[in-house]
Amino acid sequence: MSNFEKAPTCETGPVNRRRFLSGLIGAGTLAVAPGVTLYKYAEAAVSSKVRWGMLIDTSKCKSGCTKCIDACATENGLTSKDRPRTDAQWIRKVDLRDSKTGRTQSLPVMCQHCAEPPCVDVCPTGASFKRADGIVLVDKHICIGCRYCMMACPYKARSFVHETLEDQKPHAPRGKGTVESCTMCVHRVDAGGRPACVEACEAAEHGAMVFGDLNDPKSEISKRLASYPSMAIRADLGLDPGVRYQGLGGGR
Amino acid sequence: MIRLLVIAIVMFGAAVAASADESRVPFPLVPKAKGEACVRDTDFMRTNHMELLLHQRDDTVHEGVRPEKTRLTACLDCHAVKGASGTPITYKDPKHFCRTCHDYAAVSIDCFSCHNSVPEKSEAARK
Repeated sequence: MSNFEKAPTCETGPVNRRRFLSGLIGAGTLAVAPGVTLYKYAEAAVSSKVRWGMLIDTSKCKSGCTKCIDACATENGLTSKDRPRTDAQWIRKVDLRDSKTGRTQSLPVMCQHCAEPPCVDVCPTGASFKRADGIVLVDKHICIGCRYCMMACPYKARSFVHETLEDQKPHAPRGKGTVESCTMCVHRVDAGGRPACVEACEAAEHGAMVFGDLNDPKSEISKRLASYPSMAIRADLGLDPGVRYQGLGGGR
Repeated sequence: MIRLLVIAIVMFGAAVAASADESRVPFPLVPKAKGEACVRDTDFMRTNHMELLLHQRDDTVHEGVRPEKTRLTACLDCHAVKGASGTPITYKDPKHFCRTCHDYAAVSIDCFSCHNSVPEKSEAARK
């Protein structure tokens, strides 16, 4: 048994200790014990100084176009089992028609990344959470699949994984028995990129989706929000969503 | 007399086993990994890899910390075992790196019910 007898104690601690230490000393690499190095934590961690958001110009969104949905499926490995009632759906297109005027509008609806997310309020385990930068996620390590968040979400944004999955994307782990939703392509955002749907919409030369920092007045999204009328879906609920819509509503 | 005989047989058996192998305990055949060194030494990893993974998962999911070396995909990159067809085998195969020890120790892993158990197809594309 000689190979298995040595049991050195684990020198790494929980997140809180790391956070505490990095807060004390600040950014930069820090060696706390032989063999344990804290990497540049403050630089890599998410910050509440930014709040990621999206602005969707419904006048540019084409009815019947599913480029954003396709890009989302490819990016996150959302494979269809051809069962629409239970297939995962992170983003969907909604077509609206004003019955009086006949004006039609098309818009993508996904997790609205609320500042006051009801899914987080109801989660019994803390799996549904909001990152410091405003992105609302499910920690599937903690999710027990109770689906309270799906009931609480007024945007119908979340899906439950009903069936065993294989060959998931390494950056988007997904598994049976957990709830999932749009992650705003958090793996891309952390690497300095933009969500796949936004890039696909731009590549299709529609340019209906703008991604950016709502807290930065110089960002394109903030400038457009300051210049043009925009609205949140179900603004009456006071959830302060990070996804805003331009040109929606029309006559109202 | 019978007791002596039993002792003699047991001793003979032990001598034969010792000469065939240094240990009578069956060990898992751990596949050799790619690269020169792991993020920590082997003894540490054997005992504490789960602590590192747990620590890392919370940092990544909640704090967005995505280091190059200590991510699960980096583990898979080095510890992938190639099957008969030359492609890395999944967790379903008993020869998968993680399974060799976990089957031996009768400890089930939940990681691969959500995470992919083989390296990303286009390893170069990620870098």
